[in-house]
Amino acid sequence: MNVRLYILQRATAAIMAPLVLAHLAIIYYATSKGLSAADILGRTRGSIGWAAYYGLFVVAASTHGAIGVRVVAAEWAGLRGQRLDLLMWGVGLGLVALGLRAVAAVVLP
Amino acid sequence: MRPRTAAHRRNALWIAFLVHRISGLALACFLPLHFLALGLAIDGEARLDGFLKWTANPLVKLAETGLVFLLAVHMLGGIRVLVIENLPWREDQKRLAFIAGSAAIVAAALFFLSVVI
Repeated sequence: MNVRLYILQRATAAIMAPLVLAHLAIIYYATSKGLSAADILGRTRGSIGWAAYYGLFVVAASTHGAIGVRVVAAEWAGLRGQRLDLLMWGVGLGLVALGLRAVAAVVLP
Repeated sequence: MRPRTAAHRRNALWIAFLVHRISGLALACFLPLHFLALGLAIDGEARLDGFLKWTANPLVKLAETGLVFLLAVHMLGGIRVLVIENLPWREDQKRLAFIAGSAAIVAAALFFLSVVI
């Protein structure tokens, strides 16, 4: 892992710590109240705040996850060079695409 | 160079490293499924509602409890790594790892209780 990836990995971790805490609180609230899809989407659709929160979360988690998978593939599977970069970019772009699609699904009116 | 013995694998901090790595890998595998489930809302409320009703299954609740543990233990383990790398060295590293693991178990237990009570 080069210095740029190391800094990105740590920066996204620091960004996500409060986001994960909030996510856990939301999970507790939604499951304990037994919220329906209408309840959830009624709160998130058209909300710039939820769009910003989940958008940032998706980009940070995808970046963090892709770099993490790269490290594990190098250390445990012995992957090197171009294959390693392809794996990282594939995981990262795949997660960002699926994640932003999910954000659009819950925030767009 | 690989160590010649496996004695280090009995060290609490090595176990903390392994838990952090495996929880991260598990979360990376789960994330696409999570995004696909939320993406069901694109096809309308009814599809997402159908999925939410499926998650009321006790086995799914148990799996969700595991996911809450993975998320909490990976976050707390990550904060531990950030503390090690950015703050002055502390002698009580094993205690910090123990607190992180225990707090994650408490978070998962609280979630489980919130859905079964």
